[in-house]
Amino acid sequence: MIPLSWYLILAAALFCIGLYGVLARKNAVAILMGIELMLNSVNINLVAFWRYITPEVIAGQAFAVMVFAVAAAEVAVGLALVISIYRRRSTVVADEIDMLRL
Amino acid sequence: MTAIQAIFLVTSVVILGSALMVVTTRNLVHAALWLVVALFGVAVIFVVLNAGFLAIAQVVIYIGAIAILMIFAIMLTQRVAQDSGPQTNPNWVWAFLVAAALFGGLTWLLSAWSGFTTPLPEISSRADPLRQLGQALVSPNAYVLPFEVASVLLVAALIGAIMIAWDRKVDKGD
Repeated sequence: MIPLSWYLILAAALFCIGLYGVLARKNAVAILMGIELMLNSVNINLVAFWRYITPEVIAGQAFAVMVFAVAAAEVAVGLALVISIYRRRSTVVADEIDMLRL
Repeated sequence: MTAIQAIFLVTSVVILGSALMVVTTRNLVHAALWLVVALFGVAVIFVVLNAGFLAIAQVVIYIGAIAILMIFAIMLTQRVAQDSGPQTNPNWVWAFLVAAALFGGLTWLLSAWSGFTTPLPEISSRADPLRQLGQALVSPNAYVLPFEVASVLLVAALIGAIMIAWDRKVDKGD
């Protein structure tokens, strides 16, 4: 018998680990991995709220499916950008990608 | 402690430990493999939450597609995989403080919420969440429009990804 709080704490911890990865990692691919962790924690929250608060309405699972689609789109575009930048600049370090800086 | 609690706790420890390895390990290929472990743990959490379809989708989409895509991206940007310098930028202390403060703040906010310790409601044996989900995703009264918009977004993003990653110089060469 697991109370809702366990899932929420787990999701919060996973989100914060992903946030640390996004803020602290140098490599653009590693930053995308951090974003994946954050999206997964959101999905845990959506499904946990569906199961505990409104099990008769399927909204939580439907939105989790949409988060899947958005995550796939995000990672496809992100990795394509990483590969394109690597081809032109031979780097994927986020700090060195500063073509827009004046 | 019941069996389901033990499963949850073991899975949580695996998820959080492998997530920490994802954000701290130096070798990016290892980070991608730890990411697979964390994603699989989330699939187990979905099973514990009676969301079987999402667990399967998690394994197929995240582990089968996204993690493999990441491993390919790491291999295509090869020099970086053996990068020996520090893998964190100089602001990592601030990043750690922000993440820790957010976790503290979220926990504090949630503990003040009255529904924080909601017990598990029974799912009636006649209800079929999988059938409900399938009908909700194609029913005009429910989520057909957001679902189709998400589909169009995915197609547009994949076409855009092909256009961005397309190496035109190689194409003209032959």
